[in-house]
Amino acid sequence: MGVMTSPPLAGPNASEHTVFEGDLAVLSNKPVNSEYVQLTLAASAELLDRCHAGQFFHLLCPSNGADKPYLRRPMSIYSFLPESGELQFLYKVTGTGTRALFQLAPGDRLNVLGPLGIGFRIEEDWQHLILVARGVGLATLAPLALEARNSGKRLTAICSARTPDLLMSIDYIREMGAEVVTVTDSERTSGMQHLETVIEGLVAAPGVDAFYTCGSNRMLTLLQTLGRRHGIPGQIALEQQMACGLGMCHCCVRPFMRAGERVQLRVCREGPVFDVQEAMPW
Amino acid sequence: MVDLSVDIAGLRLENPIMPASGTFSEELAEVFDIECLGAHVTKTITRDYRSGNPTPRVCEVGGSMLNSIGIPSKGVKSFLDKTVPLYRSYRTPLVVSISGNTVDEFAALCAEVTVDGVAAIEVNVSCPNIEEDGKAFAIRPSSTYEVMRRLRNATHLPLWAKLTPNTGETPEVARAAEEGGADALVVANTLLAMAIDITTRRPKLGNLMGGLSGPSLKPIALRMAYQCAKATRIPVIGCGGISGSDDVLEFLIAGASAVQVGTATFVDPKAMVTIISDLRRHLEGEGIASVRDLIGTVVDGEQRPSVVFMEAAP
Repeated sequence: MGVMTSPPLAGPNASEHTVFEGDLAVLSNKPVNSEYVQLTLAASAELLDRCHAGQFFHLLCPSNGADKPYLRRPMSIYSFLPESGELQFLYKVTGTGTRALFQLAPGDRLNVLGPLGIGFRIEEDWQHLILVARGVGLATLAPLALEARNSGKRLTAICSARTPDLLMSIDYIREMGAEVVTVTDSERTSGMQHLETVIEGLVAAPGVDAFYTCGSNRMLTLLQTLGRRHGIPGQIALEQQMACGLGMCHCCVRPFMRAGERVQLRVCREGPVFDVQEAMPW
Repeated sequence: MVDLSVDIAGLRLENPIMPASGTFSEELAEVFDIECLGAHVTKTITRDYRSGNPTPRVCEVGGSMLNSIGIPSKGVKSFLDKTVPLYRSYRTPLVVSISGNTVDEFAALCAEVTVDGVAAIEVNVSCPNIEEDGKAFAIRPSSTYEVMRRLRNATHLPLWAKLTPNTGETPEVARAAEEGGADALVVANTLLAMAIDITTRRPKLGNLMGGLSGPSLKPIALRMAYQCAKATRIPVIGCGGISGSDDVLEFLIAGASAVQVGTATFVDPKAMVTIISDLRRHLEGEGIASVRDLIGTVVDGEQRPSVVFMEAAP
């Protein structure tokens, strides 16, 4: 059995509800570079123990400032540290929700719903995992390094960004015992052809058991090709606008090819992590 | 101890709070015990499989939201095989919301969902009728009457007609539903609306237009619930922008016998739980023995029907 993160459906009068909804205290909310902000919340070990890489929380961004977001905003878990009682998110300020989130100060409270969705799966017989991520996608994939360490797997992280100073999380990923390969636009190393060469090298030796990625069409297409070529399974974390985050509203669907048929699946419920071969470029 | 129970055309609800169709499913049981609700109302089902509308299916607009989901449905078989048995384990009455493109399709589905475990059928007459230029059944009194009449002959279960705000004839449509055989009215569905991204100049919804829901819809839905309560003798279930117990009180006073909570659940998944306890506390504080004592107690004087049923701006 692999590391599975699907929350079971509760029956009637279920005394234990698997999804937490409540306020968490803000410990810090600081920029980590010119574009990204790291938010750290205080959370109980019980809640953090339920978190898995690839899952998300649905955040009720504050609406008492100039920005008044109405719906919650889904955000993938960046880090969950039961030892220090910390739940972390990494975000880029781009719109109403993230601008409101950026106003949070230590001591403020943030209402969160989660953990939600199905995270990355790691099968027991997999030994060497490859993570390929770019930009803020590293926030979604970084906790995979933690999961890999916890389950004793070898992980190579190929981290891509426009410039070296925008390469986030590589220290964190190294701390988790992973090998890090960096590629950037400014060094002209981030092209798909170079990436293919790097990954082919890893497939040749030491061998690769699974690919993990998120968010980029070109990366998805490359990993689909490499996966088919070598029979290597892959998983991709995807995004979509959401309303409820629980699976009730069917707002967040995306198309997938499953058993030769085009199906609409909910990113919040059947995802946000999907099979690379089932995902469709957009 | 206050009595929160209400009676909707012979169906007793423990309390007047239930989810609006499309904003509820068994997944909510992961957040709280859904047995506490007055009723369970399913997402609208159709006879056949439907994949729904293109994305984006949702966007927010100034403290409310637009959606255009397009009634994705797994079809009636999945409903009977999976959904009904799942809800049978709850004591809470199950209300199934149904939709059809034609009167025949509607009637066939209505008969098919008339099974043990279903307490009432909510008829989503706000959906497009392909026999009448795609206009929703509940835009016109004549098409409302026709579909309700057919459904009345297709089931013995209580029929709740869910009306649309996209009509200029609310009282007439309400009366047509009553005459056609509706046992109750759900007032109302979302209001047709639009939003455009000024940078890309693209509509924010994949379907270009969608339904407005949330707090900005409440005064419109409240006005309609009031009109429907005045126009008919059947119970009205208020629906539209309800997010707190004060909103519920407003609808009850306007003449609604119960309410549905929808969009508020997206923002606060436990909204209905909070509303039920706040409502109980309010009644206790005011010394009101039963929630039924509030229904239709609006102090509106002796208004002329022409004023009550006004549709144009005053």
